[in-house]
Amino acid sequence: MAGLELLSDQGYRLDGRKAPELRKVQARMSVFAQADGSAYLEQGNTKALAVVYGPHETRGSRSKSLHDRAVINCQYSMATFSTAERKRRPHGDRKSSEMSLHLKQTFEAAVLTELYPRSQIDIYVKILQADGGNYSACVNAATLALVDAGIPMRDYVCACTAGFVEDTALADLCHAEESGGGTSLALALLPRSGNIALLQMDARLHQDHLSALMEAAMTACKGLSKVLDGVVRQHLEEVSVLTSE
Amino acid sequence: MAAVQVSEAEKVYLMHGVRDGIRLDGRRCEDYRHMEIETDVVSNTDGSAKISLGHTDVLVGVKAEIGKPKPTVPNEGYLEFFVDCSANATPEFEGRGGEELGVELSNILYKVFNNRHSVDLRSLCICPGENCWVLYVDVLLLQCDGNLFDAISIAIKAALFNTRIPKVRISEDEEGGKEIELSDDPYDCMRLNVENVPCIVTLCKIGHRHVVDATLLEKACSVASLLISVTHKGMVTCVRKMGRGSLDPESIFEMTEAGKRVGKTLHAPLMELLQKEESLGKKRQKVGFLG
Repeated sequence: MAGLELLSDQGYRLDGRKAPELRKVQARMSVFAQADGSAYLEQGNTKALAVVYGPHETRGSRSKSLHDRAVINCQYSMATFSTAERKRRPHGDRKSSEMSLHLKQTFEAAVLTELYPRSQIDIYVKILQADGGNYSACVNAATLALVDAGIPMRDYVCACTAGFVEDTALADLCHAEESGGGTSLALALLPRSGNIALLQMDARLHQDHLSALMEAAMTACKGLSKVLDGVVRQHLEEVSVLTSE
Repeated sequence: MAAVQVSEAEKVYLMHGVRDGIRLDGRRCEDYRHMEIETDVVSNTDGSAKISLGHTDVLVGVKAEIGKPKPTVPNEGYLEFFVDCSANATPEFEGRGGEELGVELSNILYKVFNNRHSVDLRSLCICPGENCWVLYVDVLLLQCDGNLFDAISIAIKAALFNTRIPKVRISEDEEGGKEIELSDDPYDCMRLNVENVPCIVTLCKIGHRHVVDATLLEKACSVASLLISVTHKGMVTCVRKMGRGSLDPESIFEMTEAGKRVGKTLHAPLMELLQKEESLGKKRQKVGFLG
């Protein structure tokens, strides 16, 4: 393929990482005081902001509420200046609706919704800068926001993308690698049990490579869960120092 | 704006306080809340700024694209505004809930900023009648605690100051058609002169007195507010009355004078801060939301 090589002969990717290396993850919880829970997460150049409201009474029609568990309502939107080409509509297009449904599915698997019947939990995620791995950054940010809101969950939900180039699995794809035409797999994992909340793959892949790809994604997710855990503990330390006598 | 419920007792307490010159958080009637501004927070844009004024958080991104100039003014570029009231601020803005407020905000922004007195639109022209720079200013509302206009206008001024428009070269090819070449060098860019960009000051009338930088609670207790855009010289460029009550001419005059006074004092510290940030250059530690 003329142009950029996704994986050089020495084993380096476009941004200088090795194949299983993740991008730098930085995160902060409680960014907004008015929301019940909020978090900001940077995964390389992708920046995501997640805000959680709830659990509260079901807004709008009463018929939407479920008698035995909470309804999780997600909205995914991108800032108009987040992509290289200006995006006209922040949300409402097909891709955003699809992402919102994926997020809903992911978090319904993790949040203990049986504890809050007839109520609603709102998760709003905003992408401030898109550089590949939008879905993963959203899931990771939303996990932190849910922890900040004090909503009980079964486990952290960590998500990561993985790709396959020349028999090597790459973890945590950036935008150039995602749009490079190779395979890309998005995985959301509950690390302690190893259960998968969401699995999505586009493009062709030989079935022999599937397990290697999933392994790479799961290892990446487990690494991410350690980072997220560190962020939560650090936040708790800061908060407890402020509130202790 | 996101609704806040206020009880009668709270209202009376607030109004008595304002009458005596003290507000709920101890400020005087013409004091602003703690403001934090940072530029260059989003790297996909040509200019960006983030402001937090108390609990109001706004992020502005400016993208420059080449477009066709308006037929009535062929030698000027223009600005396009889009305000996104995101669901982050309040669940009522989910889906299309925030559209109404967004449209109202962007219409006022057009009036205040998109004219040749505020921004030198001629410098945005590339080829008269054919090509010009169009600056897409996108405002993202992240948290809403009153006084949106002030925060947005200061953020826009900071973002425009931070905007770097690449320099273009027009070359003629064989058939006589014009080719536009953007300079490849990321440092070879044009900056905008933001000296004359105004800042908006919103004054809310509570009882017989007016307050600057009202929170949502104070806004719920006020009858009407006056929006004034003031340049650094103290010149008033736009006045608008908002709210469901009515104002008598005396108080409008008084509020305009106060707005001019307050607005004039906003510009100097803002420009100083922006220059200081700029002078740090690469050494500046970008904080963004992580700080």
